[in-house]
Parts: sequence; C-alpha cells; structure tokens
Amino acid sequence: MIGIRHRHAGEPTLDARAFDLLCLTMACVLGVHAAHLPWWLATALALVLVVRWWQRRQHAARSPLLLKLPLLALLAVAVVFHYGTIFGQQPGSALAVGLLVLKLLESETPRDARVGVSFACFGLMAALLFDQGLVATFVVALGLLPALATLRALEPAQTPASLPRALVPGLALLATAVPLALFAFALVPRLSSPLWGAANGADARTGLSDRMSPGNFTQLLTDDSAAMRVSFDGPPPAPEQRYFRAYVMWLYDGRTWEHVKLRRADGRMRPLETLEATDATGYRVDLEPSDRTVLPALGMPLQAPADARLSPDREVFSQQPVREPLHYELRSALYYRLQARLPEAARRFALRLPRGFNPRTHALAAQWRVRYGDDEQAIVAAALALFHDGGFSYTLAPAPLGRDAMDDFLFSTREGFCEHYASSFTVLMRAAGIPARVVTGYQGGYWNPLGNYLLVRQSDAHAWSEVWLDGRGWVRVDPTAAVRPERVSLGAAAAAGDQLGWAQSGWLASMRNHWDVVNHWWTQGVIGFDALRQRGLLTPFGIRDTGTGMLGVLLAVGTALFVAIGVGWALWRRERPEPLRQALRRLETRLARAGITRRRGEGPQHYLRRAARALPTQRGELERLMNRYLDLRYAHDEPVPELLRQFQRAVREFRPRRVVK
Amino acid sequence: MRDALRRLQQLAERRLPALTRYRRPEPMPIALHRRRIYIVPTGFGIGFTILLMVMLVGSLNYANNAALLLTCMLGAAGAASMLVAFRALDGMTLASVRAGQAIAGSPLALTLEFESSRPRSAIRVDLGGACQAFAIDAAGRADVTLPLATATRGWQPLPRLRVWTTWPLGLFRAWSWMHPEQSVLVWPRPESGGPPPRLPADEGLRPRLHHGEDLAALRDYRSGDPRKHIAWKASARLGQLLSKDFEQPESRPEWRLDWRELEGMDNEARIARLARWLGEAHAQGRRHSLWLPSQPIEVGSGPGHYARCMSALASLP
Repeated sequence: MIGIRHRHAGEPTLDARAFDLLCLTMACVLGVHAAHLPWWLATALALVLVVRWWQRRQHAARSPLLLKLPLLALLAVAVVFHYGTIFGQQPGSALAVGLLVLKLLESETPRDARVGVSFACFGLMAALLFDQGLVATFVVALGLLPALATLRALEPAQTPASLPRALVPGLALLATAVPLALFAFALVPRLSSPLWGAANGADARTGLSDRMSPGNFTQLLTDDSAAMRVSFDGPPPAPEQRYFRAYVMWLYDGRTWEHVKLRRADGRMRPLETLEATDATGYRVDLEPSDRTVLPALGMPLQAPADARLSPDREVFSQQPVREPLHYELRSALYYRLQARLPEAARRFALRLPRGFNPRTHALAAQWRVRYGDDEQAIVAAALALFHDGGFSYTLAPAPLGRDAMDDFLFSTREGFCEHYASSFTVLMRAAGIPARVVTGYQGGYWNPLGNYLLVRQSDAHAWSEVWLDGRGWVRVDPTAAVRPERVSLGAAAAAGDQLGWAQSGWLASMRNHWDVVNHWWTQGVIGFDALRQRGLLTPFGIRDTGTGMLGVLLAVGTALFVAIGVGWALWRRERPEPLRQALRRLETRLARAGITRRRGEGPQHYLRRAARALPTQRGELERLMNRYLDLRYAHDEPVPELLRQFQRAVREFRPRRVVK
Repeated sequence: MRDALRRLQQLAERRLPALTRYRRPEPMPIALHRRRIYIVPTGFGIGFTILLMVMLVGSLNYANNAALLLTCMLGAAGAASMLVAFRALDGMTLASVRAGQAIAGSPLALTLEFESSRPRSAIRVDLGGACQAFAIDAAGRADVTLPLATATRGWQPLPRLRVWTTWPLGLFRAWSWMHPEQSVLVWPRPESGGPPPRLPADEGLRPRLHHGEDLAALRDYRSGDPRKHIAWKASARLGQLLSKDFEQPESRPEWRLDWRELEGMDNEARIARLARWLGEAHAQGRRHSLWLPSQPIEVGSGPGHYARCMSALASLP
C-alpha cells in the first residue's frame, strides 16, 4: 500500500474537510478494533493518526518516504513480535488496521481517499468477526457514517456544511438502505459449510470448563453475560428445580476435579446409566457460543437432541464445539431414579481419593461412619448440618487454600462458594464410603416475564454433588444450599449479597428485562439466523424447505421489486408546476381546442395577440388576460396571490367561441 | 484504443438513433429527463463492488451474520446512491447560453444558465476539453462559464455539452448530452501588421480642441474659465483665484474605414485588415465608421460601436 506510485498529473489534492473526514473514518476503524489490539499498538497508531492530521492541517505537507517505510517495517515487526505470526484473524486485523492508519500518511488525492475508505469499510466489517453483539454491530454501523461522508466530500462544488452536518446525509442514505438490506440479509443463501478455515473464536471465551479447582469459577461468577435462554412448553419449573447439568466429574487429584471419559476395564464404552422417570418437561434452549461441545440440560435429559449424543452419565454433547448460537430442544425428567444398580467398577471409581491428602477430612468422615453405621442418609445429613451450623460463609473472594485444600477449607477458612462446598462435600462422602461425584452446570436463572424465557447468565454457573444411595440411585445434593439457601431459591445474584442487588429492583430491573429481550431477539433473529433457520423461512407461507435455488429466485424477484420502488421514487417529480404557468397552460389547451395552437418558441404575448386576432369577438377578454399575465409574470418577483387567483378564475371562466364564418 | 472507441460511438449514433437522438441540436430550454440520462458505474464503483463481494463471501464463510448485515447495508446504500445520482440530473434545465466576445483562435467565454426547482450539488459540465463543476443554489439558478475554442470567424454552432455527475458517493456516473441549437459569432482575427488606413486629405489638419479628463496643473484664473474649474481650496490658501488646467489631448481625426478601398485583396485579407484597423481605432479611442457591402455603419466610438462593427465584419459571407 505504501510506496512510490505514479500519480496522475493534475489530479487535485484533498481539501481539508475531506481529509478530516478520512482521519475520522480511520479513527473509527481503530476505535472498533482497539478492544482486541495490544494497548501499546492501539496507542501508537492513534498517535500516528493525530500527528498526521495535525501535520497536514498545519503545513499541508506530504510525509516523507523516509518516515513511511520505517513505520511500515515497525508495524510488521510489532505484529510479529506480539502474535508470533502475521496470519490468522487477530494478527491479520492488527496488521490491516495498522496499514489503514499508515495509508493516511500518503493520502493526498481523492483516489487515495477512495481506496482508504474502501479498505476502512472492510476493516469495520472485520471488527464484527470479534464481537457480533447488538451494541458492537450498532457502533460499527455508525462507523460507516464518516466513511460515506468522506466519499461525499470528494465531490466538487457543494454547499459547505459543518462537520456534524456532513454526517447526516450518510445517515439518511443508510436509513433508506435498511429495507433492501434486511431483505437481502434474509435471503442471501447461507453456506452450510465454510469454504475455507473455520471461525476461530477460541480465544478467552469464558464459560464452564471440564475441570474444576477451587477458585477458578471466580471469573465466571462475576460475568454477567448470557449463557443461554430457555423457554418451557409449560410453566417454568420451580426455582429449586432449575439445575442445568453440564459436566459430571469423577476424577479428583487432591486439587482439581476433572471430567474424563470413563471406560470399562475391557475398553468399551460404559452403558448409559439407567433412568426411571415419572415426569417430563419439554423446553427449548438458545445457547450462546461456548466453544465447547457440552449442552447444558435441565434435570435429567431423556434423550439427546438431533446432532448430539448422551454420555453414559447423561451429559449431552454436540458433535461440534458450539461456535455459533445454538438452538436445541430437549425433554427432561425432574423427578427420577438414575442408575438404581451401581456396577462394582463404577462404585470403586466413585470412592477413589488421592492418597496422603486431607487427613482431618478423612478422620471426620471415618468418625461419622462409626457414629451412623450404614445409614448413609444420616451421613449426608450430618455433612449438610456441618455446613449449615459450622460457621461457614458464602463469599466470592475466599482465602487461598494450601496443600490439604479440603482440610484448610473445612477446619480453618470456612469460607468459599459452590466449588468449595461441592468439592469438600464430595470428598467427605467418598471418605465416608459413599459413592459421590461432582456435577457442574448452571443453577437458577432469571425469569424474564416479557419474553417468557429463563435467562441463564454465566454468573449462574454452579457446582453441586451427586451421591449414590442404595435404592435411590444418584441423588443430587447441593451443599451450597445448606450454607446459603437463597443461592438456590433466588439465584447467584442474591447469594452474592449486595453487589448486584441494585439491579434487581424497580425500573432498573425492568430496563434490564427489556434490554435482555432486545439482546435475545438480536441473538435469535440476526446472529443465529443460520442455514437451517433460513430453510424454514417460508414455513408460514406453506413452504417447508426453502432451497438455495428458491432463495436465489426470491432474492432476484424481491430485489427487482425494490429497484422498481426506488426508480419510482427517483422518477417522481415532487415539484408541482408553478401555478401561473399551469393557468397559462390551461388557457393554451382551451385555445388549442378552438384551433389556435401555440407555436414552438412563441412567446405568450405574441401567442395571445394572435389568438385575439383569430377570435375577434373575444378580443377584449383575451387582451385583458394577456395584460394580467404579463403583469403577474414580469411586474413582480413573486406573483401577487390575490391577482394570481383572479387570473386563474378568469382563465377558468374563459370559453373560446368558435368563429362562425 | 481511443480511436476504436470513437468509431464505436459513431457507429452507435448511426445505428441507434433512438438512444442517441438527443445528441442532435435542439432548441432551448433543454430539460433533462429519464429518457436521456444514462448511468454507469465508475472505476471506483466497480472496485467497491468487488470489495463488497469479498466482504459477502467472507461473512458467509465465517457465518457472521452481523458482518453480512453490514455488507448488505453498504450494498443497498450503494444501490440507493445510483438513484440519487439520477435525481441529481433529472429535471435540470439548460435555460440559455450567453456567448462572450472573442476573436478567432482565442477561447470564447460561454455562460450556460442552468435552472432547477431544487438545489443540486457537484454537477459537472464538459465542453471540448474543459470541465467545470457547479452547484445549483436554493434560488434554483447557476451560471457556468466555460471557454469555447474557436478557429475561424463567423457563426459557429455550439458543440455538444456533456452534463455529468458522480454525486453522491462517486460510485456511479450519471450523464446526459445537451446539444443547444444555437450558434455563437466569432470575430475575425486581425492581421498582424500592415499599413494604416488612408486618411482623407482635409482631415487631420483641423485639430479640434478637446477637454481632457486628467488634471495637469494649476494656473492663474482667467476670466471666462468655468466656475467648476476653480480650485477653491488652493485659491483660499494663496489668496488669489487659481484654475485647474486640464490636459488637452491631441485630437485625432476620424477614420472612415471602407471595404471598397481594399480593392484587389481577397475577402479574408480584407476582413483581417479591417479588423486590425477597428482594433487600433478602438484602442486609441478614435472615432470611426465602417462601410461594408452588407451594411454601412455610421461614425461612432466606444465598446458598443466596436462590437457592432466587429460583429458585422464577422458575419460577412
């Protein structure tokens, strides 16, 4: 982009307004990309932009080549230094934004400005690859305004306007473009599989992990973004039933719980855990991209949705990591008996604890076992009672734990959140000889009455335990509920205390409801409008499956219709003919019927004189009309309304009488 | 390449009169309407379309609907700009053309008066090699002055004008041809040197006194000096009356320029010589008359008279 290029001789240079707008365009591109650029690069580019703007404004000078080439080299080095490569989405966009800003250094002619604006549009679009939320898209669309204004400013001979006013016509143009854009958006056939590469949104997307160690939920629990939205066929389940199961974790190494695929000793898959269900709830989930394959499911899923499978532990996994918003339908049991008979291998695994950790916890569990004998339910109750009455508190900022993490937690710090409670409870159970495992997922959610759906946020992430009791199978036990019952009945926000409490009351809550409905609509209707949805687009019109050909035909026909409307608008002459001219034309038509046509290039005076000669009986009348017309036309800048009305009336009343020969 | 294009254009004009009929002269006022406005994408427009295609494929590939929506918006806005380009010309009227004065070989200032019922921006008009951009203001009028190259004296029909615009985004170019049925008069080119006109013998001996315009000096008042020539302020300072003395220009004899006296020269040489004499007479402020076979012009002076003489000379057959 930068280099010596033959310039068209005589091509005018950019005027100050066009250059200001070009700088503004580049600043917008830089702004929408700033979030994912390294801060020092963004700052440096902003500095280059401002200096270049100031330099051209003050000195109207070109930047020397000696400056441009080292800057270009520096940019390439910086990108490679930070990302290690120049290929890929992140380094590519960093390089593109840098090149755009450096392009300003050599932008002197309208041609340069047009090239710059084109690539700026591309840069704006590239920003959406990182975040296609409602706000981000809106901001990027606003970034088009200076781009369009720059293109306008390149045209010669315009009435000058202030800088903000210069942006308005672009807004009007975009507003008129909205209907056609939405139409095309709905009908442009989507690709069922990408032509090259794959979207990589893998970077730093928070979400449930398949590992859990105390403390690694903290980031998640303060993340207020939506995880999924669930709408139910019937009424929503009671708050204490809103457990969305994601991962079942068996493996514990003394610090971290891990989700692993358990296989039987002979290497084959374990059979699906048996399920006896007494009820079923149908619901639909709109899952935000998580970059993982797990699909959270309410209660205990009865069977996997299409394109997904059930694991032996009845977790639901999709075939592909969820990189786009995903919609799935499920049926789940809220009251059930899971795995009534536990195979011996599974029992052994569900009791396994690492050796040499947490001696005090082991001692406490052994003590309970002695006290309650075979009454496993009593042991569970004892553990819950310990959490409830043992001086434990719920906090998102617990004290750090040492090597014997569970000992530290149970006997000294006594503060933590769901991870700590689920983990310590499961360890206690295993130490006491009760098969137990950790389950992570989401619990609670926020019922949005406007949209009739349950909004589950990342901050609703939760961990609990399942213990296997003889005759009852795997039973869900939520030790956090023992410490902080409102965590379960009201949700994460209530449990965290006052931190989020302000958002729960009054108009703020209502605003949040509305805002989330809009977001939901955006996610569902725009971001999640994929090939599948598009095929079902015409279902209301009785067409079940809309193929690519059909979409193409519809797109062509509809676009032609829009073009017709647009051309109609362009051809429609808004200006009404001037009343005086209209009146004269009326008179001409009447006289023409009497055989006196106005000749080409004949003035009104000459014409009316001729008419007066041809119609001697009405000579006086015609001469009066002529004088009135000439007076109205030439004696005043603007025809006097009163006289104009008189003239119009006189024309209306004039009837040429045929000359009788 | 350029020749081939021109040949193609000529062929189109011959074979497709329906498309090109407005290129023939027509009486003014000339109003532009949909049947005579043409639109094609500019080079930038084609480039921008390719960019939009790349953006479309990219957003489809990454299944990024927000980017797709943005691309659709840009595309639709570009398409709408085509209609705006059309409307920039539609309904515009060339009301009249005023021609300036020029001698053959030098450019003639041509003033085009455009009218419109609404303001318009960034319209350009091409005439020969010259191009001028203009805007029509809220009053609905714009005067555009363009130089018209001239070669020979006499009536010269106006060439075709191209009115065009790339408003508003530079993606599309709308244009129309206007060919006003009007001719402009080009004055003859004076010869570069030659003899002065022959003066009648009796004239030139009888100088006439003229009062000049410029103040030359102050002198003592002489009775009979007009009162308005008295320098009152200076008189008051000196205590005696002083009069302003005005320069007395050397009076010049009238030139009676006559076509018939240049017997034996060919027409154009005669015209060139007369033009030179007219020019000299005008420059010296000399009164002159001109006799031509088409019309005799009485003695006179000043720009109006000079223009009348030159125009008469120019329109000689």
